[in-house]
Amino acid sequence: MKAKVYVTLKPGVLDPQGKAIQHSVELLGYDGIADVRQGKYFEIALDGALAESEARETAERMAHEVLSNPVIEDFRVEIEG
Amino acid sequence: MKFGVIVFPGSNCDHDAYHVISKHVGQPVDFIWHRDTNLSSYDAVIIPGGFSYGDYLRAGALARFSPVMASVKEFAARGGFVLGICNGFQILAEAGLLPGALIRNRDLHFVCEHVHVRVENSDTPFTNELERGTVRRIPVAHAEGNYVCDDRTLEELQREERIIFRYCDARGNVTDESNPNGSRDNIAGICNRERNVLGMMPHPERACEDLLGSSDGRDIFRSLAATLAAAHV
Repeated sequence: MKAKVYVTLKPGVLDPQGKAIQHSVELLGYDGIADVRQGKYFEIALDGALAESEARETAERMAHEVLSNPVIEDFRVEIEG
Repeated sequence: MKFGVIVFPGSNCDHDAYHVISKHVGQPVDFIWHRDTNLSSYDAVIIPGGFSYGDYLRAGALARFSPVMASVKEFAARGGFVLGICNGFQILAEAGLLPGALIRNRDLHFVCEHVHVRVENSDTPFTNELERGTVRRIPVAHAEGNYVCDDRTLEELQREERIIFRYCDARGNVTDESNPNGSRDNIAGICNRERNVLGMMPHPERACEDLLGSSDGRDIFRSLAATLAAAHV
């Protein structure tokens, strides 16, 4: 079983890296880019014996406590059988 | 009185802090390895600058889970003095001992230069030897020093006079041009509500000898020593 955790900056938190990426893609000629926000992605292999609800609970706790900083970031967890 | 300097894998300003306490403050000081958990013999603990755990995940994020940090939390809750410098500030924010967070600098550059900071509050254990409103020239060296917090936290920091240092120009004007990293409200250093935990991005330990370009940081350590002396510890 695999937990996929997406960590993204909260709306309103400045993302200088996203801005720099946006600037670069615009220089390359990509039109219509309104905004770029950079985030983090984690793949966590979990013990197959865990029930999906347990896996989700574990991943969410980990995401809240370690993988994200709740002051500036949100997270989303997906469980893949 | 006794000082301790915490050493994480990747700390690199630990010896500077140790040198300043022993040579310029003239007080006993130990290194404290991050696996140590007994802080009972210390009155003040310095969390130094560097790149603890290689800044993996987020600056300060992994150091926060080191065994010593649980002890630092208890130490602070008992009223012990904690000074976090640069990476130390990032660790204190990640650990929740100070509010807000430090994110990537506004212009993405690693800034390594002397900056000016204005002393915003001299009524703290860390700044009682400094005069409010005066300007100190202290170096910064960081890529993630951009202080962010929500509106409520900022209002609280302002109201409770917990913003201790703000980036300014040489004359003490707090301007956007003098803000090296984009920090909200030009914040360079804040303390907790109880005023025994201070975090700051500038490196006062690198500004303690004229030979190194500035000795403006020395009084921060001397303030702390004066506080401890007054408490007879």
